[in-house]
Amino acid sequence: MLQFDAVVIGSGPAGLNASLYLIRAGLRTALIEKNSAGGQVLSTSEIENYLGFPKGVKGWELADLFSAHVAEYPVEHIRNEVLNMETQEENGPMHILHMQGGEDIKTRTVIIATGAASRPLGVKEEEKYKGKGVSYCALCDGNFYRGLDVAIVGGGNAALEEALYLSRIVNKVYLIHRREGFRGAQIYLDKIRAVPEKIELVTSAVVDSLEGEPTLKKVVVRHVTTNEKREIPAEGIFVYIGHVPNAQFAPEGLERNEQGFLVTDQEMQTNIAGIFAAGDIRAKLCRQVCTAVGDGAVAASSAIRYLEHLNA
Amino acid sequence: MAIEVTDANFDATVLKNTLPVLVDFWAPWCGPCRAVSPIVEEISKELDGKVAVCKVNVDENQASPSRFGIRAIPTLIVFKDGEVVDQITGAVAKNNIMDLINKAL
Repeated sequence: MLQFDAVVIGSGPAGLNASLYLIRAGLRTALIEKNSAGGQVLSTSEIENYLGFPKGVKGWELADLFSAHVAEYPVEHIRNEVLNMETQEENGPMHILHMQGGEDIKTRTVIIATGAASRPLGVKEEEKYKGKGVSYCALCDGNFYRGLDVAIVGGGNAALEEALYLSRIVNKVYLIHRREGFRGAQIYLDKIRAVPEKIELVTSAVVDSLEGEPTLKKVVVRHVTTNEKREIPAEGIFVYIGHVPNAQFAPEGLERNEQGFLVTDQEMQTNIAGIFAAGDIRAKLCRQVCTAVGDGAVAASSAIRYLEHLNA
Repeated sequence: MAIEVTDANFDATVLKNTLPVLVDFWAPWCGPCRAVSPIVEEISKELDGKVAVCKVNVDENQASPSRFGIRAIPTLIVFKDGEVVDQITGAVAKNNIMDLINKAL
């Protein structure tokens, strides 16, 4: 069995920064990566609010910089997936990670930084149209809709930002949101309202069904109070309605909030000694690259202190 | 190493290949594509001689993706004897891709 002082699960900004702090503290550190480093940053077209990049930075460029920084240090990179984990008593709690393939991993401390995945739309045709009209990444798929009409669903920053991005590629964007008002930043709303011929706001509406053969041709929306239906001639629908936590592998005894996000104290400690959480997986208000990076540093510092106490 | 395929040699390299072929339609600026590409490379090494693994950059080659109705990337398609066996879209896990390939083996 492989053994480490600290294992970080997830290689987004939270996991990468936690690894950086742990390795610099001299701990034997492993970073378990399911995919390439960067997490959701990789799928973000442009990041305008990460301090230090006054002109904004492309998501993948920032992800590359993050992983290049960690690559300067001897962190053990393990490309694998954790199936589940358990805690045993071995002169203090010892955490055992059972892996998808290969050897189990034993560690005194674990930092869970597996982030969140796009929340699905929840209509029954969604699966059928995946890759045939339904998309969760405007940056990836926007180009296939050049000159066509598309819909985007959501009311937060991601939805507004990607609506603006798509409006520069496609013929017209229908921005569908279940409320009248938007949660996203005013700066994006102002930009959207400045191009009414490119972006039409469809508010107080939810997606009822998707239609078209063999690819999507029509999005049917329903007004939330009148129940009146409207057909929107969109060949693509981009879904930005929030996230669900990637916590399926985490122990059952780990405290979660109603949405399934992991509950920690302000030092990123969960209710199980030696298990910490950082980034979007945590129950918290503000999910940003900068808060993920901050969480990673705090979680690592807590893990370092925890190990000092354990070994004292 | 996965083989870089273009519109010009798609038929010869993919459709006329005697082995089953996994094709990864990708673009350099696409995050989820970058997420799956190391897995695709890994598979190309592991299944060397059994499955041909190819990559099509959709930025430089638009005819092939449009011919197979691709509207999202990464899309991975498995071909056998010039026919589509099955396909999958998004940053999927390695076992999902292996399931796809096993349908052609």
